[in-house]
Amino acid sequence: MTAQPVTAAVPELDLDPFSDEFLTDPWSAHELMREAGPVFRLQRYGVYGVARFDEVARVLADHETYVSSRGVGLSDFATEKPWRPPSLLLEADPPHHTKARHVVTGILTPNLLRSLKEGFQERADELVARVAARGGVIDGVTDLAEAFPLQVFPDFVGLPEDGRENLLPYGSMVFNTFGPRNRHFERALERGAKAQEWIMEQCQPGVPVPGGLGEKIHTAAAEAGYGPDEQARLLRSFLSAGVDTTVHGIGNALQCLAANPEQFAALSGDPSLARSAFEETVRFSSPVQTFFRTTSRETELSGVALPEGSKVLMFLAAANRDPRRWEKPNEFDIRRKAAGHVGFGFGVHACLGQMLARLEGECFLTALARHVASIEPAGEPVQQLNNTLRGLDSLPLRLTAA
Amino acid sequence: MPKVTFIQPDGMETVLETDTGTSVMRTAVSRGVPGIVAECGGSAMCATCHVYVEEPYLDGLPEISDVEDEMLDCTSSERCPNSRLSCQLKVASDIAVRLPETQV
Repeated sequence: MTAQPVTAAVPELDLDPFSDEFLTDPWSAHELMREAGPVFRLQRYGVYGVARFDEVARVLADHETYVSSRGVGLSDFATEKPWRPPSLLLEADPPHHTKARHVVTGILTPNLLRSLKEGFQERADELVARVAARGGVIDGVTDLAEAFPLQVFPDFVGLPEDGRENLLPYGSMVFNTFGPRNRHFERALERGAKAQEWIMEQCQPGVPVPGGLGEKIHTAAAEAGYGPDEQARLLRSFLSAGVDTTVHGIGNALQCLAANPEQFAALSGDPSLARSAFEETVRFSSPVQTFFRTTSRETELSGVALPEGSKVLMFLAAANRDPRRWEKPNEFDIRRKAAGHVGFGFGVHACLGQMLARLEGECFLTALARHVASIEPAGEPVQQLNNTLRGLDSLPLRLTAA
Repeated sequence: MPKVTFIQPDGMETVLETDTGTSVMRTAVSRGVPGIVAECGGSAMCATCHVYVEEPYLDGLPEISDVEDEMLDCTSSERCPNSRLSCQLKVASDIAVRLPETQV
């Protein structure tokens, strides 16, 4: 095969993917970007973008050309000082990244996750049955989508009861800071300052409850030769990325099921579809919409020359609805084989908590199928605008108990 | 093009041609061969693309990495000496794999 000549003109787009308008409803802009070309430039920020499945997958897979150590947000760590010490996982490259990641994969194994299932399911059943029995209008976000992960996740990590309200603002802050210094970024830093103090306190070796994930990470990190500061930073990754994302996944699932009664009927009829329904939610709604990479060298992508040091914005959410890859991509179909989407990323930086997220999603949706006969919208949902995440602030619903 | 043979637990065989460098997992998933779940899409995180490589094809396979080794300890069906994660097997020449009874 001969290489394509590196002469293709790059479409220049005037879109702002971090504007309120875009964040509120990104789908038509995603289509515009996919159709503009395999690679495009976002004039406003001087960055490249990819929105088709193939190009997003290629950038994710080639972690040597498209590095993470220069930050996975708009800011280039080679020229700007990061607002917090970089993550040893998210914002690192092999071989350092490989070592840190191995500490975590050795702990968060499929066997460990299997051992959690029974307990997670009991708590999901208890919560959903209780909320469904209440009758009237409920908020799918605070009553369910936040309530369930905020019960099981901090217990699993070994965090104290007091202060758990800091988890959501901290996560929201971290994901906002991958964008430009807009209103969301600045507000997130303001709100997150207090949360940050609590989070860093919980991350210190010796603080998490013995037997939980936190202590296990500290111990394994110490054995791998990491000092106390790095042990804390490894646990910080979980508290940054493990809560808001799952909350949004569950909230978005409720929204999709309420909007598609025939899909909820299918789930009710066969609760074993719960895991596949969660997978489809992650594809369809992409709680993590975007991430950046930075080119470590001059390269070429689908005929477009990229200079060294270019920021490349991957629209994961757009790739997850690329008609080149998916049949009827804009339809929410819980029986679809959604595996292979890039909602959790792919390759060496694939989301470390993805199997935990799937477990939480599966247990929650199983409980929903068991204890709820019908689920209807009861008002306008309120979108939570975040530079990276897609989720809801509130979702008024009317549930009928089964 | 190299051929990949998938043998179901009941003995039924599917033979597919695939591009060199494509993984055994991707070959199965993209052509709808049942028995490989591959939830994580090939990031060696879910242990649901477990296969048993048939004896004549064991030589010349890529070595099992530490991460794959840990994942193979977590497979739903029993781990055997010829167990591999099919997402980690890039097809270089003909290969035959037997599928386990369960993946999850």
